[in-house]
Amino acid sequence: MIDGAATRAGAGHVRRPPLLLGGAAVAVVALVTLPLAYLVARAAGGGADAWSVLARARLLELVGQTVLLVAVVTGAAVAVGVPLAWLVARTDLPARRFWAVAAALPLVVPSYVAALVLLAAFGPRGLLQQVLEGPFGVERVPEIYGFPGAALALTLSTYPYVYLLTVAALRDLDPALEEASRSLGRPHLETFRRVTFPVLRPSVGAGALLVALYTLSDFGAVSLMQYGSLTRAVYLQYRSLFDRTPAAVLALVLVLLTCLVLVLEAFARGRARYHRSAPGAARTPPRIALGRWRWPALAFCGAVVGVGLAVPLVVVGYWLERAVSLGEGVEAAWGAALNSVFASGLAAAAAVLAALPVGLLAARHPSRPARILERAAFSANALPGIVVALALVFFAAGYATPVYQTLALLVFAYVVRFLPQALAGTSSAFARVSPHLEEAARGLGRTPRRAFLSVTVPLSAPGLMAGAALVFLSTMKELPATLLLRPIGFETLATEVWTATTVAAYSQAALPALLLIVFSAPFVYLLVTRGNVEVDAPG
Amino acid sequence: MPGKATVAAALAAVALASTAACGGDGGDEASAEGASGGTLTVYSGREEEIVEPLFEMFEEETGIDVEVRFGDSAELAATLAEEGGASPADVFFAQDPGSLGAVEEAGLLGELPDDVLERVDERFRDPDGHWVGTSGRARVVAYNTETLAEDDLPASIVEFTDPEWRGRIGFPPTNASFQAFVTAMRLTEGDAATREWLEGIRANEPKLYESNTPTVEAVASGEVDVGFVNHYYLYIVKEEQPDAPVANHYLESGDPGALVSVAGVGVLAGAENETEAERFVDFLLSEEGQRFYAEAAEEAEYPLIEGVEPREGLPPLADLEGPDIELDDLGAELERTLEMLNEVGFTT
Repeated sequence: MIDGAATRAGAGHVRRPPLLLGGAAVAVVALVTLPLAYLVARAAGGGADAWSVLARARLLELVGQTVLLVAVVTGAAVAVGVPLAWLVARTDLPARRFWAVAAALPLVVPSYVAALVLLAAFGPRGLLQQVLEGPFGVERVPEIYGFPGAALALTLSTYPYVYLLTVAALRDLDPALEEASRSLGRPHLETFRRVTFPVLRPSVGAGALLVALYTLSDFGAVSLMQYGSLTRAVYLQYRSLFDRTPAAVLALVLVLLTCLVLVLEAFARGRARYHRSAPGAARTPPRIALGRWRWPALAFCGAVVGVGLAVPLVVVGYWLERAVSLGEGVEAAWGAALNSVFASGLAAAAAVLAALPVGLLAARHPSRPARILERAAFSANALPGIVVALALVFFAAGYATPVYQTLALLVFAYVVRFLPQALAGTSSAFARVSPHLEEAARGLGRTPRRAFLSVTVPLSAPGLMAGAALVFLSTMKELPATLLLRPIGFETLATEVWTATTVAAYSQAALPALLLIVFSAPFVYLLVTRGNVEVDAPG
Repeated sequence: MPGKATVAAALAAVALASTAACGGDGGDEASAEGASGGTLTVYSGREEEIVEPLFEMFEEETGIDVEVRFGDSAELAATLAEEGGASPADVFFAQDPGSLGAVEEAGLLGELPDDVLERVDERFRDPDGHWVGTSGRARVVAYNTETLAEDDLPASIVEFTDPEWRGRIGFPPTNASFQAFVTAMRLTEGDAATREWLEGIRANEPKLYESNTPTVEAVASGEVDVGFVNHYYLYIVKEEQPDAPVANHYLESGDPGALVSVAGVGVLAGAENETEAERFVDFLLSEEGQRFYAEAAEEAEYPLIEGVEPREGLPPLADLEGPDIELDDLGAELERTLEMLNEVGFTT
């Protein structure tokens, strides 16, 4: 009875959120959607010349190459991630606790660092070439530039998304389903195909969607590998023509493709739902004995973790050792690290503060407009970084010159890109704090503001911190917006890796790359041990 | 209520922190330099690894704090055009006359003082005095001396469309010096012939590089056999790897591929730090600034003022003969060249 009364009281709030809160939320969402709006306006005002970029045969080629890369990387990530998850969660794989963590760790390697590693190891002037050249006289190693390099780098840095989501789903799976299938005489493989996989499909699909979006918006790996996908074309177009409107048009093509992926995914997911009709048995299923299959299984795990984690560390270590022994200055990396930490700290704080009104509105005053606002804020996450960067360069050079080429604009770009991550933390944090607690505080005489500050904020602090941590990590790794918007002379770890890799100066890229990996490690560890995965942004 | 306060606080925090960061940097350095300080913002299309010592020499001599944005010359020219009067740049230090000329065409360059202009031969500066050459260079074909003898190489750049060069050519398409050469070819051979040549080269599946140094490194390592570059990158690579099997091939006189050009500098009209900008141009064309090209270990560009001799072993600048064009004509044509490179598919 009492609870019901309270709910009705709460319903009064639902209808009328405080004007200031609503206004702030609207302002935040308007600000973060501004870049896309401006890009559309710029492209629309471009005239026939700018749009002629669409009529070129080259555009089809670019779209084709982009789609091919997205399809292959997504397929490969599923082909690697799902078997790994199954081995770790459902079999008696030796040392599976070790593999469970190790298989997720390649997540610490941003895609452009993975590309750097592949080039520094297998590129024309890389480690392998140097090793082979001496004793064996091999002068050319197989070509890594282009599609193979881009696909490999992206697969290695994205398969953990599929892996982590699939492991989580397998752990939640009711063993009774499989037992029923087995008792009906179906062999393991068929049981997996007809029973287990369909139930896993939503999780695998969610992982695949993350991989596809990451690949579509990836700028670093495809550029360093010189693969002609759309993000790289936007950047090249921007750099190599006087008229920059065609770059805006190409960027919109990229946005369109992103929307298409989202629509396709929603369509493929359909209305299928898998539910337990009853709580089911709260027990872990028996592990499948691998028998003599354990050796190929171990080799598979070893190969993936080896290429995804051990090779990067060895290669970066090798080039770092070379840099130190050649006496090349590595001091630049420390300054860049400070800049990275500083900018990322600002971005994390700003993103969480911007997420507060939107998250609070959605949690405390759920209504249709509030949901639309939240959706709009989340949608920015699907916007590729190069698109955000391009839009802000245009906008700031034309209409916001005081902030042009300042740290403030760069931080704003980070907030636009990563607000959804802060929002994920904020919304769930507020949702967990019962409004009754705040009401109780107000009933005891606190003003609404004091009640919020003394009750809601402390209770939701862990969620806010988690959101801030995610934004911090993503900003550390962010490349395209940093490249286009940084103030003069402002080098970060990401730009150091980028600059050195484009001129094949691997020894100079080594320390910044290693620092990026080291910074990411604790975050990824938390992610793995807590078992929840958030949308992560590509470099 | 907390919403508005927090947004306001967020914006304030960002604004404060960023001004504190920028102000902090500038302030420290300025006070360390003492009264002679001041600042200068340079957009440099010349690579950091080559010209960084020049900026350092200038800072040391004048106490002026130099901030540099590095990029490709054409990219920076486009940036200047996009920024217009709001640009933070005081000086545009470019790799070729084409990007300087393009910025001049946009009406963004001021006039340089006569006493600076007169130090440089007329053919290496803008007749209207908006930009001036600071160092000379020749286009060459760098080749791998293990796979090729100089006799194997054609006398004209035109002949590299022959299928025998398939997969053996490398060059940096976004590099201003390469673009200047393409413009020179358009001016002497015409647009149709140039486009046909570019398409012929594309059919030979060349490897594309970010800039000249990696191109010459690729030639040295045998990744490609020939590279279309400027003459002095050979010395940068040789400084690091003295035994690298790479040499320069000078094409025949008058060939578009033998373009003799300059890197140059201009001061933006309405530059915020005009005095400092002019001091910088003066420094680049001073004896000290010019000796850098002859004396720095990895440098081999041609000094352009009288009395400073180039590095030993280089063919005299006066003996090099490129195609018959005016460097001043490159600027107006840059945009079309960029479009052509884009359409042929080298920059998308």
